[in-house]
Amino acid sequence: MSAAVVAYPPLRRRVVNVAMLTLSGLCTLLVVGVLLTILLYLLWNGAHSLTLHFFTQLPAPVGEPGGGVRNAIIGTLKLLSLATLIGVPIGLLGGIYLSEFAGGWSGFAVRYTTDLLNGVPSVVMGIFVYTLVVLPMHHFSTLAGGIALGIMMIPIALRSTEDFLRAVPRSLREGGLALGASKSETIFTIVIPAAIYGILTGILLDIARVAGETAPLLFTAFGNQYDSPGWLQPTASLPVVIYNYAISPYDSWHQQAWAAGFVLLSGLLAVSVVARLILARGKKLSHG
Amino acid sequence: MGNVVISTPGMPLPSEKLFRKQTLVERLRKGDEAIHLLTMAGGWSIILITGLLVHHLWEYSRIARHQFGWHFLITSTWDPVNGLFGAWPFVYGTVVTSLLALILAIPIGLGAAIFLAELAPRSVSNALTFLIELLAAVPSVVYGLIGIFLLIPVLTAIMPAFQKFFGWLPIFSGTFYGVSYFSAAVILAIMVVPFIVSISREVLLAVPIAQREAMMALGATKWEVTWRTVVPYARQGIMGSVFLALARALGETMAVTMVIGNVAQVSTSLMAPGYTIAAVIANEFTEATGDLYLHALIELGLVLFAVTMIINALARLLMLSVRTDEVAL
Repeated sequence: MSAAVVAYPPLRRRVVNVAMLTLSGLCTLLVVGVLLTILLYLLWNGAHSLTLHFFTQLPAPVGEPGGGVRNAIIGTLKLLSLATLIGVPIGLLGGIYLSEFAGGWSGFAVRYTTDLLNGVPSVVMGIFVYTLVVLPMHHFSTLAGGIALGIMMIPIALRSTEDFLRAVPRSLREGGLALGASKSETIFTIVIPAAIYGILTGILLDIARVAGETAPLLFTAFGNQYDSPGWLQPTASLPVVIYNYAISPYDSWHQQAWAAGFVLLSGLLAVSVVARLILARGKKLSHG
Repeated sequence: MGNVVISTPGMPLPSEKLFRKQTLVERLRKGDEAIHLLTMAGGWSIILITGLLVHHLWEYSRIARHQFGWHFLITSTWDPVNGLFGAWPFVYGTVVTSLLALILAIPIGLGAAIFLAELAPRSVSNALTFLIELLAAVPSVVYGLIGIFLLIPVLTAIMPAFQKFFGWLPIFSGTFYGVSYFSAAVILAIMVVPFIVSISREVLLAVPIAQREAMMALGATKWEVTWRTVVPYARQGIMGSVFLALARALGETMAVTMVIGNVAQVSTSLMAPGYTIAAVIANEFTEATGDLYLHALIELGLVLFAVTMIINALARLLMLSVRTDEVAL
């Protein structure tokens, strides 16, 4: 009987094995390390530069200390509200359509175009809204910026709504119909409530995603040194402020850029975490 | 007995009433058709918006397209003052930075995906993936900020030593001032790595366990199982993630424009400053005087749109076989 039924692979193969597996571990370490470095560096610099005036004052002229970006914070909130108002209803309706009604070529066309729209570079979206809104109106405005961000929100809102509605079991729909409810009654009283946590999560993540968009705002909302009353004036926004201050030659502006980056990123991450908590809560409710 | 239906002449049978096809008015009154039409309008408005987008890009680049034709893409003179517009430096810069970013990101991203899918315990893998995906949400302008104030100083510090050994190569020659193709590619690589890692990991995890067991039964080492069985099996999905990363890199605007230097020239050396399509649009769009200038910039947008659409379509095609959960992003 041969004793060497179980033989180790030759030394060379074992060395290659250990070396390559170690290398893959180092790759992970590198990726996570770089990303953590970036995050901590931003938090460190941002927290250092942050003052109360940052939230309450208008930008100070170059050379004067202090000042804040109150107008940009308000501008970003206004832009996001407008974008949500435009993007979410269309996304919800489209998502319901794809999941509950559409079949055949119409569903395919809507789904395919949505993916197409999702892949459009954000700077191209800026050009589009410039030609669509800014050129006819002859000036930059909060409205134009909100429309640009709103269009960018549609694809994710739609696809996440569709996915979460599809995940609702068929038996729930059949139960509703068997009780004599019409299709629309079933959708609005049974299917959507069952998927509501998922849909909310999708929308929050969507808002977080466009909140940091800069390129589409450069030629739509433009920027503003002062508060922007109403919806038809150019407005400052946090991402554009970060960009303009970062490429400026002044140290005091660099500080403001760090603070703005810190505020923007904290907001985004907070919204992302809340969104995931909502989803986790929804899962918990539906499972027990 | 109790089920017998007594009907009098003139009264419709219950079955007739239940199963008669409803008229449009009846359906509308019940709300089903109205909701159907309403949601359909929502869905179709996306097609309308996308159609408008294509139409506007085409229409508002008309003057430049007519004046320069295909030469627009291959001539190198970008002289707004004299009305000469050639996009080659931007096309070149876009392609060079994106490809270099992929060259840096693919091995590292794939390595990390292999570790997370094949080696790490599931809880560690999930935690790290959550972190990596969360960081995919960092806005590009914030990456630009990091690029200017962290990456460029670091690169400027280590480049002289690097060039001492590799400076004789044309692609590494010349003085390094910080802003360069190379800096842009590094920041792009950092930005697209999360995509490659998270999608590739999912694709690797979806490979059937039997594939691994069969290879292991043949006496293969862990690495051989991974590299010769699991990765080839997941090849399509991995390629898909790479194409998605490429599309994102090509269209990336803010981070690149903040570190590439924005000089309309074509250089062999990666250490030299350059320009990309997205960056020139971001920088010059609001300053464009005259219709020809504006149309030339919008034609650049059209080119960028067309290229990213083609690459995205390829990515979708490759990933058709793999169902990835994109909602989480």
